[in-house]
Amino acid sequence: MSNELDVRTCPITGKKVFKNAQNLIWINAVTAVVFILIGGIMAFTVAMTRWPAVHLLSADMFYRFLTAHGFNMLIFWIVFFEIAGLYFGSAVLLNSRLAAPRLAWFAYILMLVGAIIVDIMIFTGKATVMFTSYVPLKADPLYYVGVILFAVGALIGCAIFFGTLAVAKAEKTYEGSVPLVTFGLSAAAIIAVWTLACGAIIYIPTFLWSIGLIQNLDAAMYRLIFWGLGHASQQINVTAMVSVWYLLATLTVGAKPVNEKICRSAFVLYILFINLAPEHHLLTDPTLSPWHKMVNTSYMMYLAVLASMIHALAIPMTAEVAQRKKGYTKGMFEWLTKAPWNEPGFPAMIFSLILFGFIGGITGVTYGTEQLSIKSHNTWALTGHYHGTVVGGTTLAFMGLTYYVIPLIFRRNLIGKKWATAQVYIYAIGITLLTIGMGGAGTLGSPRRHWDVTFADAIIPFSFDPTVILFTTIAAIGGLIAVTGGAIYVGVSVLSVFFGRKLAPNEAKLL
Amino acid sequence: MSIMSPEKYWWKPADLQEKIWITIAMLWCLVLTIMMFGWHFFGTQNPSIEPLKITPENYRTVSEAFIAKYKVGEEAGIPIVAPPDGADVYLRAQMWNWTPILKLKKGVNYKFHISSVDLMHGFSLMPIVMNFQIVPGHDNILNMTPTSTGTFHILCNEFCGIGHHTMIGKIIVI
Ligand code: HEM
Ligand SMILES: [Cu+2]
Ligand SMILES: [Cu+2]
Repeated sequence: MSNELDVRTCPITGKKVFKNAQNLIWINAVTAVVFILIGGIMAFTVAMTRWPAVHLLSADMFYRFLTAHGFNMLIFWIVFFEIAGLYFGSAVLLNSRLAAPRLAWFAYILMLVGAIIVDIMIFTGKATVMFTSYVPLKADPLYYVGVILFAVGALIGCAIFFGTLAVAKAEKTYEGSVPLVTFGLSAAAIIAVWTLACGAIIYIPTFLWSIGLIQNLDAAMYRLIFWGLGHASQQINVTAMVSVWYLLATLTVGAKPVNEKICRSAFVLYILFINLAPEHHLLTDPTLSPWHKMVNTSYMMYLAVLASMIHALAIPMTAEVAQRKKGYTKGMFEWLTKAPWNEPGFPAMIFSLILFGFIGGITGVTYGTEQLSIKSHNTWALTGHYHGTVVGGTTLAFMGLTYYVIPLIFRRNLIGKKWATAQVYIYAIGITLLTIGMGGAGTLGSPRRHWDVTFADAIIPFSFDPTVILFTTIAAIGGLIAVTGGAIYVGVSVLSVFFGRKLAPNEAKLL
Repeated sequence: MSIMSPEKYWWKPADLQEKIWITIAMLWCLVLTIMMFGWHFFGTQNPSIEPLKITPENYRTVSEAFIAKYKVGEEAGIPIVAPPDGADVYLRAQMWNWTPILKLKKGVNYKFHISSVDLMHGFSLMPIVMNFQIVPGHDNILNMTPTSTGTFHILCNEFCGIGHHTMIGKIIVI
């Protein structure tokens, strides 16, 4: 076996890549792809069940698979990928060895075992509780054990990230400040610590309650703290995604941040203000007072929004400046039309930005007001909102990044670059239709987490305006397209990782 | 390069374009911040939640008393209740129905007490699409005045078990 401290120099970036970091990035990223595959199959079945024309699954299976879809996608796929990203952002970008690689393997195993337990519980029908598992809806105690193991593993992963930053600093592996991407990922990791702490505060008592050691858990309190985990983890995703945007801008057009101060300050705004946002999940709950809501929906939220607005300027700006330096200076938009649209990374970054900003962001900011929360709470429009943010935004950015990680870190030639590029377009079109369909149907009242929007078995007869069914159909067709895109992603990345030609040590081939 | 360390002194003033963008964004954020209070005080459409805890058992008792007092009929096994003007109205969420069916009058203000006796449920009033989270142990108090006549339905839009999609209630406004 090769020495864990083996090191190579990247022929493209000149970074030092340590074997121990490389292996851990590999295992976490590959595991993430396995979970997006599971989540994607669930996405297909769930979307086909919501579509009245197909109505694929039985009610029991639908609710089971929906729980599985939420968990495998939102938690397992995203978090495994983020852990890979944290190791990359610390060890690789800082030319450092990874701190405590054995502990990192232990963290990985905890996460994997936790994930497998959770999935077994869900698929055997012992935890049909949705990923929110609102008490007093009770799952098998093992389910909570699985979640806790996974969260502890992820927390150790964050600790290793911080440890690696410290090692790099002590061993002087870089000069001056850390790169912007590492800075952004540090913001994500800081938010993650708070998030996982909320997770511990809520899942441990819930586990004790499920085995009967605690009698009463206040359902409203559960919701409050759960969203400290559930929403704050979305802020990790946002922060990690923005870091990936900067990374993709560099990898695809060689962009350099125009003003480091502004970009970094915006990340600090995320750390400071985003943690109070989760309360917007409670705007229609019977617990928060009007004053509490007004304060929460106002400045706390908007200072985080301001940060996103800053990145929304800074990212296209870095790309534009880089392109203009290359000589694409004709008119307003030559820099954009001459961008590498035929490589997966650039369109992935742009579509991720657009889907996140225009679909996810705008709906998020509007639904986050008290009045529109009343109109949208728990409707399918909400599902549409986060299929814009975390599915169109974060997931697409991560997909785009994968195609660069394969040659850079795994040293394999990408098989099917054309497919990879097409995948980005297909997926983006699919998610656009999916979110439009969900948003439209939801605005007309279509509920989320619902097996039958035709209400065939309802005790009191009710039926929707046919427009709801039309929008549901649009969502289903968009869903099919998106699932196709997702399947190509899994295909291309798995084939490349296992069967791609091994790159020679000094081969500076990116795509 | 965002993957390389920046030059030594990166704390540099922003460009004009950056300043303009950030200023506009910040002003807009400020406007919205103020509007949050404006919509509450001048819009008069926010629910003035009065936080109140009530155990599921106690809630069941009061809502049963309410039904017994004002019951006028039954549909599909669910009581129909016509409360007097201005009464406190109890609407109970349970797996998987909304009890009772309410008969209300247009233009009259009612104080709704909505709670659950088992799991979390989602109150979704159709077709006007107003949604509230119904949490067991807590009374969701809403002052509501029907402004049009007709039949309204209440869907459940929080997952509440295998019968979730069958859970529909009704409010008739005359
Ligand atoms: C590949 C395309 C995808 C399709 C077609 C799809 C479709 C759907 C559908 C139809 C629902 C059910 C909505 C309901 O009945 O309430 C849903 C829920 C959900 N999806 Fe996706 N999805 C996709 C990808 C993703 C990804 C990548 C993520 C996360 C990163 C994600 C996260 C979620 C979550 C968290 C829920 C909510 C589950 C719940 O309500 O408990 N989805 N999705
Ligand atoms: Cu219900
Ligand atoms: Cu329900």
